[in-house]
Amino acid sequence: MAAKTMTMVKALNAGLRRALEADAKVVIMGEDVGKLGGVFRVTDGLQKDFGENRVLDTPLAESGIVGTAIGLAIRGYRPVCEIQFDGFVYPAYDQIVSQVAKMHYRSQGKLRLPIVIRIPFGGGIGAVEHHSESPEAYFAHTAGLKVVACADPAEAYVMVQQAIACDDPVIFFEPKRRYQEKGEVDLDASLDGARPLFASRVLRQGTDATVLAYGPMVRTALEAAAAAAEDGRSLEIIDLRTLSPLDLGPAYESVKRTGRCVVVHEAPGTIGLGAELAARITEECFYSLEAPVLRVTGYDTPYPTARVEEEFLPDLDRVLDGVDRTFGW
Amino acid sequence: MAKGDRGARLRDRRTAGPPPAEPGAPLGDDLVQLLTPEGERIDRVTGPDGVEYSVDFSDSEYRGLYRDLVVVRRLDAESTALQRQGELGIWASLLGQEAAQVGSGRALRPQDMAFPTYREHGVLYCRGIDPIMPLGLFRGVDQGAWDPVEHKFNMYTIVIGAQTLHATGYAMGIAMDGKVGNSDDPADGEAVIAYFGDGATSQGDVNEAFIWSSVYHAPIVFFCQNNQYAISEPIERQTRIPLYRRAAGFGFPGVRVDGNDVLATYAVTRHALDNARHGQGPTMIEAHTYRMGAHTTTDDPTRYRGISEVEAWQAKDPIARVRAFLAKQQIADAGFFTEVDEQATAEAMSLRERVLAMPDPEPVTLFDHVFVDETPQIRQQRARFVEYQASFEGSGH
Repeated sequence: MAAKTMTMVKALNAGLRRALEADAKVVIMGEDVGKLGGVFRVTDGLQKDFGENRVLDTPLAESGIVGTAIGLAIRGYRPVCEIQFDGFVYPAYDQIVSQVAKMHYRSQGKLRLPIVIRIPFGGGIGAVEHHSESPEAYFAHTAGLKVVACADPAEAYVMVQQAIACDDPVIFFEPKRRYQEKGEVDLDASLDGARPLFASRVLRQGTDATVLAYGPMVRTALEAAAAAAEDGRSLEIIDLRTLSPLDLGPAYESVKRTGRCVVVHEAPGTIGLGAELAARITEECFYSLEAPVLRVTGYDTPYPTARVEEEFLPDLDRVLDGVDRTFGW
Repeated sequence: MAKGDRGARLRDRRTAGPPPAEPGAPLGDDLVQLLTPEGERIDRVTGPDGVEYSVDFSDSEYRGLYRDLVVVRRLDAESTALQRQGELGIWASLLGQEAAQVGSGRALRPQDMAFPTYREHGVLYCRGIDPIMPLGLFRGVDQGAWDPVEHKFNMYTIVIGAQTLHATGYAMGIAMDGKVGNSDDPADGEAVIAYFGDGATSQGDVNEAFIWSSVYHAPIVFFCQNNQYAISEPIERQTRIPLYRRAAGFGFPGVRVDGNDVLATYAVTRHALDNARHGQGPTMIEAHTYRMGAHTTTDDPTRYRGISEVEAWQAKDPIARVRAFLAKQQIADAGFFTEVDEQATAEAMSLRERVLAMPDPEPVTLFDHVFVDETPQIRQQRARFVEYQASFEGSGH
């Protein structure tokens, strides 16, 4: 086993490289993804090794990136689009929601759009506005799209390859504040033996309360669980991984045991993913719940300036506060 | 201006500010035309792009184009009637644009791919697709049931201009596949045609498609049917210069053709497509035409345009001129014209019969094809739906 310690950026790069090697129809397209290797260097060196026909530096227009990816997909390609930052995806929103999401359905299955749209998302990097948003609910709300978020390097490596192999369009969220965090990655990991892309995972077992998180908040939740353990409270942490379709079997099983559930995400709470999670868990676990499902999220404000973003973002203490509230109910 | 003279106020507002730089100005030398409205054949003509255009059709090919035009118009009229009788939810008529669609549609070679709007029923017909297919969409029994790959004619696109980007991506794929610029043989190499209207030229997506195709040198023809109106808004609301001149700013040739002239439209489109397949990059064609009918059957054009304008275009009818030419040149006789009319009527009657017999889809099929790999959520919702429907059985509902 060739396990290596590497950052999420390097792991994504290795995953993309393997996908390019595995299928000649895979093409990467986006702004600055070629020579520069992407503003986060996720595609570093790929154009050099695979050529300008496989890794395309595109004109600067997001709708154009996704719109032309649709045409390439109809032609038989498997485009992997990079949207440079979360806040820049909106010019492509129409193509994603009106075209990417619906074309297979409208054509009664005759057309397939195996497109991956990679979006670095979330805050915590001290950026200027439009660089720290969490737009996942817009896409999870859209029928016809599959939406996932990776949380650590090993997951990023496998999940990006699975997303590219998927015959349905996948919105692939990457937690940019975790890009430089390191982890063990098995570069020889076979996709066949891997956990399916559209499955959640229990990351830490616990008995007192269940915490659901995804993307950048997975690590925050794990840190909260470690802190809670010192206080004698046992938290079960579930990484959702797939935001659409949701895979809540493990969450239901967990909440039925713990009787308490806290959902954590960076995106504002109102009509966010947490609302859907709370509704479903209430439906499935109603008689096991000791308290309502609580949400620990960003506030219902536009993303704030960098100097106060730490107050906006859920952190270890706010997760623990949420857990405390479920016990105080 | 009299109080309440809404039309005059609209005209005032439209002409406020510096005068438009002639988007709808009288057409002169920059219009490629090979058949006048009177049916006079022009042997050859040099376009604004410096290219000399002509066609070399046999008598039977001339007759074939006439047949296409008549059948396409008759099917369209039947579809409008079907809507009026409540059999279609809505219909987007192509009346007046037959030559633009048949000319460009017949200019496509078998290997070429077309990306239509929602009004390209004539192009669809030329691609050999059963003309009942778009009626399924407008009746609401499906969303366009033809196979886009088999017929090389993509799904109709209703979001204005979105398809121009899909067409551009497809054309980039052709180039990546090495299917462009390999020889001068027209059977070799593929090209794409993207249809859109004058209104669409204001969309960001269309401008992005121009940029993308230009910088990637994609084998694509942008075919703009300038039918003078985007629902109610006249061309002056979209542009201050003739649309075809925009191409120059994007770095590829633009040409304006008489879109009511099937011969010129054919010549210009074929030339542009062959250029594209031979590695010469994109071309924009502005087919100057007129939407004789309403935008769709829900529209009332009397609110925004006068009868004299419509009558002026009536005199430039795309079919009458071909008929005059065929008769004058003795390429066709009265018997031929009668036979074509009979064929058109027969196809229209068949269309009507088959539309009326179109079954509604089974409700449960609304869950089909959301994904290639269906999700548990969809499976669960379908199962609940079936159970719910079954709960009514025998209960008198």
